[in-house]
Amino acid sequence: MSHFPGLFNYWIVIFLMMAGFYVVISQGNLVKKIIGLSLFQASAFILYISEANVDGGHVPILEEGITLYSNPLPHVLILTAIVVSVSTTAVGLALIVRIKETYGTVEEDELQEIDNAQDEADTPDQKQQIAEEKEI
Amino acid sequence: MDIALLSMLSITAIAAIRLRDLFAVTMLFGIYSFLTAAFFLTLDAIDVAFTEAAVGAGVTTVLMLATLRLTGRYEQTPKHSPLIPILVVCITGAALVYGTLDAPTVGDPEAPSQTHVAPRYIQQSADEIGIPNMVTSVLASYRGYDTLGETFVIFCAGLAVIIILGLQDSGEIHPGRSAIGDQLVLRVVIKMLLPFILLFALYVQLHGDYGAGGGFQAGVIFASGFILYDLVFGEGDARLIIPPNWLRRMAALGVLLYAGVGVTTLIMGKNFLDYSALAESPTAGQHLGIFLVEIGVGITVFSVILTIFFAFSGRARIAVKTGRGGS
Repeated sequence: MSHFPGLFNYWIVIFLMMAGFYVVISQGNLVKKIIGLSLFQASAFILYISEANVDGGHVPILEEGITLYSNPLPHVLILTAIVVSVSTTAVGLALIVRIKETYGTVEEDELQEIDNAQDEADTPDQKQQIAEEKEI
Repeated sequence: MDIALLSMLSITAIAAIRLRDLFAVTMLFGIYSFLTAAFFLTLDAIDVAFTEAAVGAGVTTVLMLATLRLTGRYEQTPKHSPLIPILVVCITGAALVYGTLDAPTVGDPEAPSQTHVAPRYIQQSADEIGIPNMVTSVLASYRGYDTLGETFVIFCAGLAVIIILGLQDSGEIHPGRSAIGDQLVLRVVIKMLLPFILLFALYVQLHGDYGAGGGFQAGVIFASGFILYDLVFGEGDARLIIPPNWLRRMAALGVLLYAGVGVTTLIMGKNFLDYSALAESPTAGQHLGIFLVEIGVGITVFSVILTIFFAFSGRARIAVKTGRGGS
């Protein structure tokens, strides 16, 4: 296991990623799902930044007498990704707020039940009735 | 140090999965972001750590709390058995761990990611761009296209939130009435801190060429200053200072400024976003171009983050007024 310390970062990243993934697929509350997605996202950030690191490297700001720097490219990618992630998370949360206002719940099971009940209620007769009402 | 931080991250993640109180989960997520930021700092990524601390621990937490106010604090216990998800997660995780066994170790200077384009940025950015912070020169100049795209994504996300939630307000603004009640200590502290927060944001914006910082971080810090003011000094008070109408225009203005710099360089006979056309000497042109582009980014990020906050908080006030929303 000569690799152990060198790969430890990646394994933690995988653990965090799977923790986020687990929240997304197993829990019913939509807000919690978004938090799970954010955990997942943050683990990807850690992966990139770990990759950018160089042993004995220096912060990538030029200084006299220093020649070994960490890789600035992943830093740039992740810096912008963090700000994009907050905007996209906000869009997800906004959708959840509207779902709550329309359905009165943010639990996936209940949403499914309400939807199924609506589908069953929509017999052809009722649909025709609604269409007629709209025409009037 | 690394191992301690990473273990704390894992513990926070497990706690976040197990808790059913979403308020506590949101707080844990804030802690998680702060730990991530600290970890980035140990890996020499100060620009990134900076952004993560401002965005993850600050703005995202506030947005999640605003959502919880509308959707309710507690989640139900899941009815399904967790066995199948755990199995799926374990298999995926095992496959990924198997994949890392061939990966270069962290910090290996010979890793493929260190030998491709990075040496050029590190060795030649001083001559080609002429500013010390390599992250800023890659962000605004070498990879200016990417950053323009990212700015557009942020702008579009802001638009999407306005379309979904609307920027309307209940019409009544209650100066001095805050959701958290009248907190004298907070008021005094915020009053003293606020000028420094805004000043610091300007410093981060304008000093991004030389030290850590730039438009993205400055925009977020500037916006969080206003968010703090709105949270502590009363519902909708920040709207009196910066009306939402302005914000929408400012968000578009930032993107236009960025793209406008690109078009200007085209007109002056160089490639899109090739700033060396802007001044006599190439490095002076790069300086000017990066400065303008960073200001564009800063304006857009600031207005979009504040717009999103206004949309959520305005919605919460409408919900309270009409009796809709969470318990």
